[in-house]
Amino acid sequence: MASQDVLREEPSRGSFINDPKIRGIFFQVLVVVLLVAGVWWIAHNVIDNLTRLRIASGFGFLKGRAGFDISESAIAYSSDSTYGRAILVGLLNTLIVAIVGIITATIIGFVIGIGRLSQNWLIRKICTVYVEVFRNIPPLLVIFFWYSGVLAVLPAPRDSYNLPFGSFLNQRGFYFPRAVWGDGSWLIFVALLVGIAMAWFVARKARQRQMATGQQFPVFWTSAALIVGLPLLAYALSGFPLSFDYPKQSTFNLTGGFQVRPEFLSLYLALSCYTAAFIAEIVRAGIRGVSAGQTEAAAALGLRSGSILRLVVVPQAMRIVIPPLTSQYLNLTKNSSLAIAIGYPDLTATAGTVLNQTGQAVEGVVIMMVIYLAISLLTSLVMNWFNAKMALVER
Amino acid sequence: MKHIAIGILGAATLGLMASAASAATLDTVKAKGFIQCGVSTGLAGFSAPDDKGDWQGIDADFCRAVAAAVFGDGSKVKFTPLSAKERFTALQSGEIDILSRNTTWTINRDTALGLNFIGVTYYDGQGFMINAKKLPGVNSALQLSGAAVCVQSGTTTELNLADYFKANKMEYNPVVFEKLEEVNAAYDAGRCDVYTTDQSGLYGIRLTLGAPADHVVLPEIISKEPLGPAVRQGDDQWYHIVKWTYFALLQAEELGITKANVDEMKNSASPEIKRVLGQEADTKIGTDLGVSNDWVVNIVKAVGNYGEMFERNVGSGSPLKIARGINALWTKGGLQYAPPIR
Repeated sequence: MASQDVLREEPSRGSFINDPKIRGIFFQVLVVVLLVAGVWWIAHNVIDNLTRLRIASGFGFLKGRAGFDISESAIAYSSDSTYGRAILVGLLNTLIVAIVGIITATIIGFVIGIGRLSQNWLIRKICTVYVEVFRNIPPLLVIFFWYSGVLAVLPAPRDSYNLPFGSFLNQRGFYFPRAVWGDGSWLIFVALLVGIAMAWFVARKARQRQMATGQQFPVFWTSAALIVGLPLLAYALSGFPLSFDYPKQSTFNLTGGFQVRPEFLSLYLALSCYTAAFIAEIVRAGIRGVSAGQTEAAAALGLRSGSILRLVVVPQAMRIVIPPLTSQYLNLTKNSSLAIAIGYPDLTATAGTVLNQTGQAVEGVVIMMVIYLAISLLTSLVMNWFNAKMALVER
Repeated sequence: MKHIAIGILGAATLGLMASAASAATLDTVKAKGFIQCGVSTGLAGFSAPDDKGDWQGIDADFCRAVAAAVFGDGSKVKFTPLSAKERFTALQSGEIDILSRNTTWTINRDTALGLNFIGVTYYDGQGFMINAKKLPGVNSALQLSGAAVCVQSGTTTELNLADYFKANKMEYNPVVFEKLEEVNAAYDAGRCDVYTTDQSGLYGIRLTLGAPADHVVLPEIISKEPLGPAVRQGDDQWYHIVKWTYFALLQAEELGITKANVDEMKNSASPEIKRVLGQEADTKIGTDLGVSNDWVVNIVKAVGNYGEMFERNVGSGSPLKIARGINALWTKGGLQYAPPIR
């Protein structure tokens, strides 16, 4: 190291070819030029060949009429909608399964991860078996397991399992009553928002008071009363505007109510179970990463074991947990493209259909890549912000 | 380092030049010694591997006929199984030389996709199949409102289905898969009430189900599905070879030339038969096309005439037992018609 530093400080001798500074700049410029030339060459080649083969190109096709139907859509969509809207429907379906999957995987993962550290032999072993089973099976097989192994062997719609509250379970999915909001139900939602805002305010005040005086306040019960009580009060005041649309038997299927299709269910369950196994390991590593001295010191201060976990161990564990957690969330989102194997209309499936109906493969693949990249970068951004917020603040 | 950089630049320039010029399909096919033929992933009667792993069916045999015309040997074909979604890209990119995969000829595919369809090797129409045991009393597609319908994604079938239900003001629940086997499995498992695809396909798929006798194909045909092979645009020679192979198959049937009698037909008294079989003195029909003059003899020796190909794969000689119907020759009331070979 030292000898190199000495060399670098000396003025260049002889030809500038031997000047490390100029040489460094030269190669950096060269790499950039080659990269740009390479990308330009690929793009030019593609356009050239598309024209030569008389294949239509450009993104104008997105405005054309799609002509095909999609089974699940969060927004209004029919075969008269545009190709662009079909891709949007797919994107929303991907986001729905990714968000719901991430929430569930995180909950299962934390429970299993903490369970692996339990004092109880049975709980510890069950959690170990869960992690080892799901972590070592490819996600596609887990999806097929749920789709073909569990949901496909349920009875036909005629012989559905009747579940409580007017719900049904059969091989076409899970049906439950859909809430129909009548006049004046906006009051309930306003009350819910007010309740949440007030609960947040109470929690803040209680913390400030505890900091100042050391006196505690039953925040949990007050918040629960505010968040549940206020909407209930509004519900009664506005004259009970809520009714339910129950699923009923018809010629082919159950109609009415809300249907969760087996394609969504199996994808959601598979992604959650699969990713939860990895999250469990991350959580276990995070908790193990907090030194035992911290727990002992907290206990010496007289904190109860629940408080030790909540106030001392978890905040320090989060620091270790969040960065690998981000990659798991990204994995889950990208694994959702396996939906194509069971016919859930996610982004890959709908964009693929659009690609095939229009024949514009290059544009279709570019759209898919850009969207997945955007989703992943956005997830990383949010998680990085969360990470910065959870990082230890030293005082 | 510098030399390497110059080398890379040089290679890039060379690559640019190489990609700009593309060789004729006939020459590349002759150079590699076989035809790469795009087929389905398994549709009985059209293209499906048999128990020995050999591809059978009208679509597979058509590729053999082209190989016979080009090489004089119908076995010089390699098959690439393709899903509905992959098929056009495979042809556009040059991965295959012929797409012979129960593909419907439409104006969009002919104009915007860079393909040329060479003709209609099978006139089909879209139909519906239901499990009559589970749905007694349903005997028309107009009774299907509210049903869950299994369909393969990226097909004209998917579009016709949406149009048909919309036109008849009926609701349905699409259950869409990318691969044919996945659609079959979902229908067999009862995930959907109705299976829709080309009617010929329905008869073929019915045979692969758990209990074929339980399933009926409804009478309605809701679309025109002219199925035929396609080639890339911009290579007229190859287009002509594939197109006239199809016409030669029809012409052979019309003239009564079969796999069994093709050799004795060479000495026929009929000038037309002699001309078609390349026995005319100083004939240039074959060489003008870019193949040998006995190309029709080779085709018929390899796969028989169109009628033999039909009966063997989907007609009376097959488990499908589909009647000729509109696929009969024009002389017998059908639509199959070839321009004269002269």
